[in-house]
Amino acid sequence: MSEHTLQHSYSAGSAGPAGSAEVTVQDPGQLIPVVRSTALVRCNPLTKIAVALILMVGALLSIDLVSAGIVLAFTLVSLPVTGLDLLAALKRLWFLPVGALLAAWGTAILAEKTGAVVIDVGPILMTTGSLDAAAAIFVRALALAIPLIVLASTIDPRDLSDALIQHLRLPEVVVVSVLAASRLLGLLVTEWQTLSMARRARGVAGGSLVRRTSSLFGGIFVLLVQSIRRGTTLAMAMEGRAFGRPGRTWRRRSTFAGRDLVAIVASLGVCVAAIVSAHLLGTWNPIIGG
Amino acid sequence: MALPIRADSFSWRHADREETAVGPLDLNIAAGEKVLLLGPSGAGKSTLLHAIAGVLPAESGEAGGELLVGDAPPDPRRGEIGLVLQDPDSQVIFSRVGDDVAFGMENLGLPAEDIESRITTSLAALGLDLPPEHPTAALSGGQKQRLALAGIHAMSPQVIVLDEPTANIDPDSAAAVRDTVLDTQAATSATMIIVEHRVGLWLDHVDHVIVLGREGVVAQGPPRRVFGDPELSQVLVECGIWVPEAAGPRVTSPGVPSGAEALPRTNGEVVLTTERLGVARPGAKVPATTGLDLRIQAGEAVGIVGANGAGKSTTALTLAGLIPEFDGEVHASGTLRGGAKHARPYRWASAFLAPRIGMVFQEPEHQFLRSTVSAELALGPHLAGWSRAEVDDRVAELLDVLGLESVADAHPQGLSGGEKRRLSVAAMMAPRPRVLIVDEPTFGQDALTWAGLVEQFIDILTRGSAVVAVSHDHAFLDAIGARRVEVGERIE
Repeated sequence: MSEHTLQHSYSAGSAGPAGSAEVTVQDPGQLIPVVRSTALVRCNPLTKIAVALILMVGALLSIDLVSAGIVLAFTLVSLPVTGLDLLAALKRLWFLPVGALLAAWGTAILAEKTGAVVIDVGPILMTTGSLDAAAAIFVRALALAIPLIVLASTIDPRDLSDALIQHLRLPEVVVVSVLAASRLLGLLVTEWQTLSMARRARGVAGGSLVRRTSSLFGGIFVLLVQSIRRGTTLAMAMEGRAFGRPGRTWRRRSTFAGRDLVAIVASLGVCVAAIVSAHLLGTWNPIIGG
Repeated sequence: MALPIRADSFSWRHADREETAVGPLDLNIAAGEKVLLLGPSGAGKSTLLHAIAGVLPAESGEAGGELLVGDAPPDPRRGEIGLVLQDPDSQVIFSRVGDDVAFGMENLGLPAEDIESRITTSLAALGLDLPPEHPTAALSGGQKQRLALAGIHAMSPQVIVLDEPTANIDPDSAAAVRDTVLDTQAATSATMIIVEHRVGLWLDHVDHVIVLGREGVVAQGPPRRVFGDPELSQVLVECGIWVPEAAGPRVTSPGVPSGAEALPRTNGEVVLTTERLGVARPGAKVPATTGLDLRIQAGEAVGIVGANGAGKSTTALTLAGLIPEFDGEVHASGTLRGGAKHARPYRWASAFLAPRIGMVFQEPEHQFLRSTVSAELALGPHLAGWSRAEVDDRVAELLDVLGLESVADAHPQGLSGGEKRRLSVAAMMAPRPRVLIVDEPTFGQDALTWAGLVEQFIDILTRGSAVVAVSHDHAFLDAIGARRVEVGERIE
């Protein structure tokens, strides 16, 4: 098993198209690791957020299979462009289709029963109408969630903060502090793992339910203490390197390039196509006004 | 231009304490002077450094007297000061190495082109052979310390304040890191204040030594005068300062059996073996190190050594049965296994594991579970089924030998760095586990507390426990008679 994963991690990089930059060491804090640097990965974080929002609008305005289907299809087809480790994505995001399926199940049972009866087993009654609605909910949930998660995974928080400060003129002290603190948030997971190990080493993990509970609270307390201590230390370390001094400069300029325009235009196109097709095919079912 | 530092009956009291953490004390440090700040564990050295750097949060305590850097109270926003804190883990600011080094320079308002070139220079100067986009989360403790130093190196500040800058750095490169620090100082002729327990490493390179006691400055002057004065030598020993010319400073401490020859031979019983062991952090796809063959016998001390980032801590956690083996197997045998169904400690239940294999983590805070120091020490023996009288005796003994009596009723999380370290070691050692695995046990100790630790390690070794120590402190490994196991290079 371990050998297999090892080989996989080696081949993942070399399998990419020639010329793509490899990321050799992955940041353990990433939700889905980026394994290839593509044009989309190099886009400005603000562009990525805009693309995610535009695609969302395409799927959000109407509950129907056509508009949501077009957005989802486009998203799935473009997945390779995101440079993400798709296998890892599948492993971490399995709950998305499951959740969408649950929502669809609820819809199939509870939605207005129109059309022919398909299933009628005791309390469970599904008709073609309710199944249509369920399918639309399923596809729409995925069409809303996937672009957002996938694009967020390709955003380097540091690039985002650069963009927020340099383009949107957000206050730098706040943005940088949030950025540094968010790194600590990621550390909480590792910290919790270490704490669990430490409790195991001291003989208080496992055992009766009472013991587990008290050990859990002990652990949470230590985690709190650690977080405060780390926060204080980090603040000291930042101040100790002249943070808060007026006239801060930036290592990198946050820029926009042709690829940003392409990404925006493409997503706008998909959004318009989704809405127009739904109207043309008569499936348009707006959430407001109806 | 360097700045002088002057304190006039300066003191600092933490909000929740009766006694002052520092002072009142007087200091007079000339511009461009290199100062080594010494003192017993818990004397307030770190607090004084924070005060000089101007980063003590005003709401957390009360200052008295006056402290001036240049001719104004310390204010880090003037951009004159570069501070490296004791805890390398908590001072990583960004998730990429390059951004982290750049942080100070950006704050100083340097132009972007200068920043890029200085990142490369500073990383190289500190021996961090990493690309700027390397994630900081993948760095070892020692590498993080180098990273923090690189950040200061890049800023070239006028006042350099360093709290144990080489504590987590392997001894083979400690001198190189020290030289880099000295080069940085020389290039800027900054005033430099260092707290460091490795006195020998710095002594020949500083202009001035200040010895801090619990009641202010005990001694100060040029190193030769402070360490050459026979009247002061007793004071230094009492403060637990390593006296350099005694070479192995430990020899000056009474009551410690001198090194390996005092140790008993082992009875040859093998308690822990590994074959072609590969270790990795949980979730990592690439092992930190591979191909470890170990045979650890009862009563034997083994030192795990190697460069920063070689996978020493991960090896320790794997041996302790806390993380699964990446490759190969850890195998318990003899009295250590003692009827366990599984030979792999990783499969053991927590209550079964704890009295058999003790593990002291690199960061002591993780292990504390009780609200007082003595309760913390009593927990292990209590869980191991000792009688109340036995537990009380053991706690009293550890408190005494490790100089923790005065804080017996304090909360473990409120102790100083060195005290926490001792407590975490003592708490795991208390039930005398068959195997004790320790990660940097002597971090932040003065000579006296160091000797106390050595004494306790020798005690459990004599009673047949095996000790596996991850340590950069070769003097410590020598004192407990540890054979060395070198943990190899990273798999690329």
